[in-house]
Amino acid sequence: MKPSAFRYERPADLPAALALLGSGGDTRILAGGQSLVPMMNYRLARPDCLIDINRLSELDYIREEDDVIAIGALARHAAVKSSDLIAAHLPIIAEAYDWIAHAAVRNRGTLCGNLCHADAASEMPAIMQILEAELVLSKTGAQRSVAATDFFVGTYETAIAADEILTELRIPKPAEKTGWGFEEVAMRRGDYAWCTVVATLQIRDGQIASPRIALAGVNACATRLGDAERALAGQSPEEGLFAEIAQDAANRAEPQESAASDAEYKRDLIRALLPRVLGDAVARAR
Amino acid sequence: MTTVSFELTVNGRLRKATVPARMLLSDFIRQELALPGTHVGCEHGVCGSCNVVLDGKAVRSCLMFAVQAEGSEITTVEGLARGDDLHPIQQAFWEEHGLQCGFCTPGMLASAQELLAENPDPTDDEIREAISGNLCRCTGYEFIISAIRSAAVKLREADTETTLQPT
Ligand SMILES: Cc1cc2nc3c(=O)[nH]c(=O)nc-3n(C[C@H](O)[C@H](O)[C@H](O)COP(=O)(O)OP(=O)(O)OC[C@H]3O[C@@H](n4cnc5c(N)ncnc54)[C@H](O)[C@@H]3O)c2cc1C
Ligand code: FES
Ligand code: FES
Repeated sequence: MKPSAFRYERPADLPAALALLGSGGDTRILAGGQSLVPMMNYRLARPDCLIDINRLSELDYIREEDDVIAIGALARHAAVKSSDLIAAHLPIIAEAYDWIAHAAVRNRGTLCGNLCHADAASEMPAIMQILEAELVLSKTGAQRSVAATDFFVGTYETAIAADEILTELRIPKPAEKTGWGFEEVAMRRGDYAWCTVVATLQIRDGQIASPRIALAGVNACATRLGDAERALAGQSPEEGLFAEIAQDAANRAEPQESAASDAEYKRDLIRALLPRVLGDAVARAR
Repeated sequence: MTTVSFELTVNGRLRKATVPARMLLSDFIRQELALPGTHVGCEHGVCGSCNVVLDGKAVRSCLMFAVQAEGSEITTVEGLARGDDLHPIQQAFWEEHGLQCGFCTPGMLASAQELLAENPDPTDDEIREAISGNLCRCTGYEFIISAIRSAAVKLREADTETTLQPT
C-alpha cells in the first residue's frame, strides 16, 4: 500500500505546468489527489512524474461571466458546494454534493479532477452533460473547448490528450424557470452511485420543453438519454408517460454489474428513480 | 526531484524534513515525526482514521504526499491536550464514552474540530454529516454524536478556539 517512486514537480504557474506535461513518460497531473493517490497506493497507477497543480492559485476560482458560471481547475468540491453563485444559478450541483464523498475528501478534491477521473459511478459527469457544460483543455500555445457530452468516452476515459490540462469548466446558466431533479441510490450517502438519475426541463404552454436526462452508475460512463428526451419533448407531463419512458430507458441500459448491485437491480432503480426525477423537475419548473 | 526537502509546522513546532517525494503524509507523521496518534486504516481514503487538521480543514493524511504540506500548519491528536488537561472535545469523548478501542478517535477528533470551528451549535444531522467519512467499528456512533454535541456546549461555554495550537 505504498506508491512507487516518482519525480515530483510543483510548477508556480500554468505555462510552467504545461511545459512539464510535454516531457514524456507517464506524467500525471496531481490535483486534489482524492482519486489518483488511492490508485497510486494500490499501485493501479505508477506515474513516473507528478505535476502538482495545487500552487496554481490562478486556477482557484468560481465566477460569473455573463451567462456562464466559470469554475477553475483548482476549485475544491467544498468551495463549489458552499458557493453562493452555485446555489443561486445551479442548485442541482449543490444538491448533488450531499451525495458526493465526505467533508475531508471534499476539502481537497476538485470538481475538474473529478471529471478528468471519469469514474462510471461519479455524479458530476452526468450533471455536466445535462447542463451542457464546456470543458476548456489547454496545452502549450493552444486551447480547445469540448462539450461535456463528448468529453466522457468510457470508464476512466475522456477526450483529454496527454499534453493537456483541463483548466476551466464553463456551465451556461439555465434558462428562467428550469426545473431539475436529482435522485441517487448508493450503499450510503457519500459512496459512489449504484444509480443516479438527473434531469432538467422547462414547461411551456403546459408542455415539456428542452428535456435533458442523464444516468450515472449504470453504463460504462455517464450517459445522456437521447431517446427518453425525444419521447418527452412537447408532451404534457403525466405519470403514465414517465413510467413508459423509464421502462424504455431500463431496457436500453447496459448496466455494469458489481457485487452489490446486479444488472436487474440497476434496471429496477432506473424504473423507480426516473419518474421521480421527472416529477420533481416538473414541479420545480412551474 | 524524487527526494524533497521542506518545512512545515506540526502541533505548533516547526519541523524540517528531507524525505522521498512518494512518502505519504500519514507515514511522515507517524514514522518521521514519531507521532503515532494518527492512525492508518485503509490507506485509500475510505475510513477517516488518518484525518488530521491542515490549515483549519480536516484532510485524509493518507491521500497527500508529505511534501504537499510544505508551509502548512497541521494539528494531530497529540496537539490537542495541554499538558494533562484534555482538549474540551477530548474531554467530551471521555465523558460520553465516545470511544471504545480508540482506533477511529484521532480522525473523529479532527473532523469534530473542523465542524465545531465552523458551526459552534450543530444539529445532530449536521454532526452525522460531518463524521460520515469516519468509520467506527465499535461504538455504533450514537455516543460519538453525544460527545460532539457535548463538546459543542463546552466550547461555547469556554468560548475557546477549537483548532488549538499549543503555545
Ligand atoms: C472516500 C471517498 C469517497 C468518494 N466518493 C465519491 C462520490 O460519491 N462521487 C464521486 O464522484 N467521487 C467520489 N470520490 C472521488 C472524489 O470526487 C475525487 O476528488 C475526484 O474524483 C478527483 O478529484 P481530485 O482533484 O482529487 O483529482 P486527482 O485525484 O488529483 O486526479 C484524478 C485524475 O484526474 C487527473 N486530473 C486531475 N485534475 C486534472 C486537470 N485539471 N487536468 C487534467 N487532468 C487532471 C489526474 O491526473 C488523475 O488522473 C470519493 C473519493 C473518496 C476518497
Ligand atoms: S487510512 Fe486514510 S482514510 Fe483510511
Ligand atoms: S472506537 Fe473502535 S473503531 Fe471507533
